[in-house]
Amino acid sequence: MFGAGGGTSSYQEIEETDCVLLWGSNARETHPIFFHHLLQGVRRGARLFAIDPRRSSSARWAEIWAGLDVGSDVALSNTMAREILAAGLEHREFVEHATSGFEEYRAHVESWTLERGERETGVPAAVIREIAHAFARAERAMICWTLGITEHHNAVDNVLALINLALLTGHVGRYGSGLNPLRGQNNVQGGGDMGALPDRLPGFQHVENAPLREKFERAWGVAVPPRKGWHLTEMFEAMERGELRALYVIGENPMRSEADQHRTRRLLEGLDCLVVQDIFLTATAEVADVVLPAAAGWCESEGTVTSSERRVQRVRRALPPPPGARDDLEILFDLARRLGRDWGEADPERVWNEVRTLSPVHAGMSYARLEAEGGLRWPCYDEQHPGELFLHSRFWERPVVGPRAPFQCLEHSPPVDRLDEEFPLRLTTGRRLEEYNTGVQTGVYRSPVRRGETLDLSPEDALRLGVAEGERVRIRSRRGEVVAPVHVDESLRPGLTFMTFHFPEQVATNVLTIDAHDPKSGTAEFKATAIRVDRLEAS
Amino acid sequence: MTTDPIWFTPPPRSPRVPEAPPERPRERVALTVDGEPVEVAKGATLLDACRAAGREIPTLCYLETLTPVNACRICVVEVEGARVLAPACSRRAEPGMVVASESERVRTARKVVLELLASAVDLSTAPGLAELMARYGARPERFGAAAATVAQPAKVDNELYLRDYGKCVLCYKCVEACGTDAQNTFAIAVAGRGFDAGISTEHDVPLPDSACVYCGNCIAVCPTGALMAKPEHDLRAAGRWDESRQTRTDTICAFCGVGCAITLHVQDDRIVKATSPFENPTTRGNLCVKGRFGFEFVHGRG
Amino acid sequence: MDLRFQGNRPSAEERAAIDEVLGPPLGAWDGGERDPERDGRVGFGGLPAAARRDLLLPALHAAQDRAGWVSPGALEYICRRLSVPPAEAWGVVTFYHLLATEPRPPVVAHVCDDLACRLAGAERLCQRLVRELGPAGAPAAGGRSTWLRSPCLGECDRAPAALLTAAGAAPRSAVLSPIHSEEALVAALTRPESFPARARFTEASEEELRRSVPQIGRPDLLLLSRVGVVDPGRLEAYRASGGYRALARAIELGPERVIEDKVVSKLVGRGGAAFPTGRKWEAVAKAEARPKYVVCNADESEPGTFKDRVLLEHDPFAIVEAMTIAAFACGCERGFVYLRGEYPLAHERLADAIAQARAAGLLGEDVAGAGFRFDIEIRRGAGAYICGEETALFNSIEGRRGEPRSKPPFPVEVGLFGQPTVVNNVETLANVPAILLNGGASYAALGTAGSTGHKLFCVSGRVERPGLFEVPFGATLGELLALAGGVAGGRALQAVLLGGAAGVFVGPEAIDLPLTFEGTRAAGATLGSGVVMVFDEDADLGDALARIASFFRHESCGQCVPCRVGTVRQEELLARLRAGRPEGTVQSELATYRELAQAMRDASICGLGQTAASALESALARFGAVAVSPSITGGRG
Repeated sequence: MFGAGGGTSSYQEIEETDCVLLWGSNARETHPIFFHHLLQGVRRGARLFAIDPRRSSSARWAEIWAGLDVGSDVALSNTMAREILAAGLEHREFVEHATSGFEEYRAHVESWTLERGERETGVPAAVIREIAHAFARAERAMICWTLGITEHHNAVDNVLALINLALLTGHVGRYGSGLNPLRGQNNVQGGGDMGALPDRLPGFQHVENAPLREKFERAWGVAVPPRKGWHLTEMFEAMERGELRALYVIGENPMRSEADQHRTRRLLEGLDCLVVQDIFLTATAEVADVVLPAAAGWCESEGTVTSSERRVQRVRRALPPPPGARDDLEILFDLARRLGRDWGEADPERVWNEVRTLSPVHAGMSYARLEAEGGLRWPCYDEQHPGELFLHSRFWERPVVGPRAPFQCLEHSPPVDRLDEEFPLRLTTGRRLEEYNTGVQTGVYRSPVRRGETLDLSPEDALRLGVAEGERVRIRSRRGEVVAPVHVDESLRPGLTFMTFHFPEQVATNVLTIDAHDPKSGTAEFKATAIRVDRLEAS
Repeated sequence: MTTDPIWFTPPPRSPRVPEAPPERPRERVALTVDGEPVEVAKGATLLDACRAAGREIPTLCYLETLTPVNACRICVVEVEGARVLAPACSRRAEPGMVVASESERVRTARKVVLELLASAVDLSTAPGLAELMARYGARPERFGAAAATVAQPAKVDNELYLRDYGKCVLCYKCVEACGTDAQNTFAIAVAGRGFDAGISTEHDVPLPDSACVYCGNCIAVCPTGALMAKPEHDLRAAGRWDESRQTRTDTICAFCGVGCAITLHVQDDRIVKATSPFENPTTRGNLCVKGRFGFEFVHGRG
Repeated sequence: MDLRFQGNRPSAEERAAIDEVLGPPLGAWDGGERDPERDGRVGFGGLPAAARRDLLLPALHAAQDRAGWVSPGALEYICRRLSVPPAEAWGVVTFYHLLATEPRPPVVAHVCDDLACRLAGAERLCQRLVRELGPAGAPAAGGRSTWLRSPCLGECDRAPAALLTAAGAAPRSAVLSPIHSEEALVAALTRPESFPARARFTEASEEELRRSVPQIGRPDLLLLSRVGVVDPGRLEAYRASGGYRALARAIELGPERVIEDKVVSKLVGRGGAAFPTGRKWEAVAKAEARPKYVVCNADESEPGTFKDRVLLEHDPFAIVEAMTIAAFACGCERGFVYLRGEYPLAHERLADAIAQARAAGLLGEDVAGAGFRFDIEIRRGAGAYICGEETALFNSIEGRRGEPRSKPPFPVEVGLFGQPTVVNNVETLANVPAILLNGGASYAALGTAGSTGHKLFCVSGRVERPGLFEVPFGATLGELLALAGGVAGGRALQAVLLGGAAGVFVGPEAIDLPLTFEGTRAAGATLGSGVVMVFDEDADLGDALARIASFFRHESCGQCVPCRVGTVRQEELLARLRAGRPEGTVQSELATYRELAQAMRDASICGLGQTAASALESALARFGAVAVSPSITGGRG
C-alpha cells in the first residue's frame, strides 16, 4: 500500500499492539504461526475483534465476532468511519498532516449511520459502535486481512476501505499499528517483490515509469514493453478473444484454482501452446503440450522467498529432486539459451545480486547477511541498513516526507452473484488448517482430521432442507453443479454456506464460483456465490 | 496480486529507520557463582548467571521458549542463606547472591531426582540422561525391583504421532506448548494427582476426538521421546533410524506466507523429520501440521 | 477460544444447578439455546469470555452436589459456560478427591482413617463397613449410598469421625463425630433417607462442646473467649460481646498505625510457616498494583488440626471482622475465605455471618460508613491437602489445579489473580481484633520474647480429654498434656507427634519442651499448625508412620519429581522395613532414606514435599528402625 506492496508491520509488533481487527481472515487455520504471535498479543492484553461472515476458529478468539453479510465490507468500514467521526475519535493531527481528501471523505461517509450500517451489513449497530470505538481509542491498533477482503469483485475497494480506517485513526506508520495482508502462499510476497505483477518490475517499480524502466533496459540490454500487461483474469479474457494463444504456467494449477471451471478448461484446451512447469503432473499439466518437471523450490533448490512481514529468507536444498525434475532456474536459463540468450551459470546468488543492483529496496540484502541475520525485511537500502521493522514512518515526520496518503470515497457494492428465489443461499469459500489450496501437496500426508469436502450448512438450513450430517446433496449455481456431503456447522447462520476447494478431484467447488473479478487486481469473487441446495432424490 | 493504490513512483525512503520504542536499560545484578563474580541483567535467572559463569547446569523441563515450570528440579542450585535449594531455571538473580552450582547438597538432590525418575520412567530414548546419571552416580536400582513405575502401553491413535507415557517425566513442556506458551489449543493437560498424575485429554479420549490439531509442537519440546512422530518411531522400530546418516538443512516452509523456518532432517535422500529452530523469531520452534508433517508430497513424485 | 467439545449434554437438573452458580447463559456460544439471528451475527469470545475461570470449582461443586458426580455432560456444559478448555477442566476435576468423575451413589460417607481416628479405632470401623456394606466405593443400599476412606476430617477432638454427603435437589453434608455407635453410621448408609438436614449429624450438645473446648468461659482467653459463650449465629450477640470494636478502632487509627501496631505485636502466622503478619500487611499496603486481595486460609487439612474449624464454627464474625480490618489496613477490596470442603457447619455459619455483616453495612460498598469498599466470598475446597499451601490455594480459587507456585515471587507481590495478596490463616486472623483493642505492645508482652501472644493447640490421640486448648506461648508439652488430663488410662507415653503429618515425633524426654517457636526449633521439632498428638505405650507407631507415608503419597500434587516420586519411594521403603524385607540391609535402606529425605526437603517446590519425610525421619532418628515394626515395639494398635 502507498506504493509498497507489502504488510506494514512485523510479527513482533502484533505481540505488542493493543487492538487487532482481524477482517476476512481465518488466520488461526490459514496462518497458524502468525496466529501464535497474535495470541501472544492477546495474552498481553490486546483486544481482538473478528469481522467475518462465519464464526471461524479465529473469530472464536475474538472478544467480539461481528458476522457481517458476505461482501458488505465497504459498508461496514464506512459506518465505522462515520461513527469514529461522530464520536470525535479520529486522529486529527495525523489526518491534517499526513492525509489528503479528508473533507470529501467525511462528507461521503456522513450518510453511513449505525442504523444504515446495520441494515447493509447485518451487524448490530451497538457492535459496530463498540468495535469502531475500540479501534479508534487504542494506542496501537492493527488491521489484518486475508482473502475475505480480496476475493471479491471489489477487492481493491475493500482494501482501500481498511486503509481509510487506519488513516482516520492514525494507525499506520507507527510501531504496533499497521495494515497487514497475510499472504496465502510461501512466496506470494516474493513474487510481487520480484515483479511478477502485470505493472511492476522488481522492487515495485512501475513499468510505465520511463526512468525506472530504462534502468532495467540498460541492465538487461533489451527493450521492456512500456505498458502494463494482463493480470490472470485479463489473460483468460484475452484467450476468450483469441488474443492470447500461448501460455507458460509455472507452479500454478488454474484448472483447479480458477473460478468457473468449465470455462477455464475450454480456454486452456483451446490454446495453441500450453507449457506447464510444476513439481506435479497437475490437472493443468495434463492438458499441456509441454510439461517441464521441476524441483520443489523449498527443499530441492537454493534461493530466497519473502514472508508476510516482508522478510526475505533463504530456502535451501536439503535433498536432490527426483530423476528428471530440474531446478526452475536451470530450466529458465536453458530455455533462454535455446531462445538464443546465454545468461551464464544458473546460480541463484548471482541472480539475487542482480536484483540488488536494480531494486533499491533489496540492495542491502547480501546472501551473507541473509544467512547471518536470519533474513532481512525490505526496504533494506544498503549493507548497513537493518531493514525496516514497519513501513511508512514517513507519515509521522513533520512535515510529512513524500506524498500524503489519500482517503478514498468508496461505494458499497454487493456481490455480483445475486441471491434470488432460485439461488437463495450464499456460498463462501475458504481453507482448512490441515489442507492447502487444491490439495496437491497436502493430500499426501495422513492427516487425522481430514474429512474431505463438505457443504457446510447452518443447523437451521439443514433442518429446513431436511438433510442430515453426511448426506450427499446437489449444489447448483448459475454456472454449474456439484454433489457433496453435508456438514452441519453452527458457525454459520441461516442462508450462509461454506465449502473449501481442497478436494477438486472429489468435489470441483470452482465449477460453482463466479469469475466476476476486480478490474484492478484481477482476483475473482470466490467468496460470494449464489447457490441452491437440493436433496439428491428430490432433484 | 496487488491491491495497492497504483502509485507511479516508489514511496520516498523514510528519513529515519523505524524502530521499536527503546527498552529501558536494564540494571545489572552482581552475584557470585562458585566463588566467581558474575554480572547479569536484572530479571535474569540463576541459570543465566551459572551459564554466564561457564557452569553447565542440567535441565529437563526447561526450554528458552517456554515459561519455566521448575517441576523436574534437576537444575537446583544452592543459594547461601536459603533454607532449601533453588531452581536455577526460574529463580531470579538477586544482588549479592552467593550461588553454589555443584555443592554436595546440589549433587545429592540431582542424584536422587535422577534415581527417582529412572526408577519410575523408561528413559531409554531420553537424550543425555544416561550421561547425567553417570555424572551424578545415580543408582536407581536401590529403590528395589518392585518400585512403582508409570509403565503403560503406548497410545497409538493416529497416523502422525504416538504418545508413550511410560516415558513421560511429567515435565509439563507439552502442556505448555499446546497451551498458553505457543499453540493455545489446550488439547492436553495434566490430570489426576500425585504419582497417578499424567498428561491426558479430557476423559482420556483418543487424540482424534480431542482438540488436537497435530501441530506436533508437543513433540518438538518433549525431552524423553515419550512423544514421537510416527515416521521416526517406525524407522526406530525397524532399526533404520540413524542420526549419524542424517543431514539437517534449514529452509522455509512451503505452505502459506508466514515464512516459517523449517529444518529438514534427511536420511538416504528422504525427509524423515521436520523441526524448526527454537531461536527462530518467527516460529520459536513451532510449526503447524502442514509444516511438521506435510512434507511427504516431496516423495510422492517422479 | 476455539475449544472443541465432545457433544456431551448435561441433564436439565445439572444445567439448572450450574446456572444457579453462573447465572443464565448469554446465548448459544456459551451454552444457551441457539437463536440464529443473534448467534449468527455476534459472538463474545476470546479471553474476556474466559475471565470467570475462578467460578470453575464452584460450578463443579454444583454439578457434584446435584448429581453425586461430575458427569461428562455437566463438565462440558461448565466448559462452554466459562470458556474453559475441556482438557484443562478434566485436569482440575481429577485433582480433587471430593469430586467424582464416575457415577457415584448420592449418599457417601467419607470415613476418616487418619492418625487420630486410627488411635480411636477407625480401622476396626472400616473393617465393619467392609463386612456390612462391601468394600470402599462399592454401591450399597441398592446403589443409594457408598463409603470411602478419607484423610483427616479435622474432628480429632471427637474421633472417630465421618463426613456424610448427600447429592440431590437439596444437597446436604453432615459430620458424624464422634461415631459413638457404629450402628449410626451403618444406619445412615443403609437408610440414606434418614440423612439429616443439618451440618452436624447429631448437633453437638453444650456438653460435647465443653468437652472439646474445656476452657470455655475462662476470662483469660484471647482467641476462644466467645466459643460456647456467644451465639455464633447473631451479629448482635457478637457486637454485644465487644465485636466490631476493633474495626472501629482500626478506622480511628488509620491503616498505617494499624499495621504499625501489628508489627509491634510481633504476631506471626499460625498456619505453620510463622511469618511475621505485620510485615506481610505492610508489604501489601505498600504495593502499588491494584486490585489487592485478602485471603483467609481456612483449608485446615493438616492431620490432627481442628482449631480453625472450632473458631469458624463458634466465632465466625471474628474472622469476618479481622479480614475487614486487614482489607482496610492493606487497601484490599475483595476477600476470599478458602474453606475446607469437609467443614459443612463452619461453611454454614461463616456464610451466615458474612450475609449478616453485609446486611448491616459492615461489608459492601461503604464498610461501616468509613468510606471503603470490601466484601468476602467463600470458596469451598474439594479434598486436596495441598490447597492449604497458599499459592496452591490461589490456583484453586482461580479455577486451576491446586499446584503450588514457585516462590519468590511471594503473595504480597504476586498473589491471587497475580495481584498483591494478604493471606492469613484463620487463627492468625483471630488474633487481630485482640491486638487492636489491647495494643500491639501489650500483646507482645504475652508469651515469650520469641513467640508472642497466645496459641491454640489441638491435643488428640491417647489423652484423657482430646480438645482445643489456648495457652500463652511458653507452656511446656507436659503442662499442655496435663490440661488434657494426661495420657489416657494413665498409660505411659510413647511418643508425641508435634505439628501434624508434616511435623516431627518427640519422645517422653520432651515433656519439658516449651511449646514456642524458638523452643521447638532448638529441639529440632516444630509447632506447625499446633498439633499435639499423643501415642501411648500401646499405640502402633509403625502403623501411624505408614498412614503418614500413605497420606503424603495420596496428597502430593504430582508437580515436582522429589515429591511425586519421593513420597511413593518413601512409602515403599517403609513398607519393606515394616515387612522385614529390606532392599539390601536395613542399614543401606536407612542410608538411602536419608538421601531421599534430604532431596525431598531440599529440592521439592513447596512445603508439602519439603516436610513429607519429616515425621518418618524424626521417628527413625529418635527411636531407630525398630519404631516402624510393630513386632519389635510390641504395640497392639
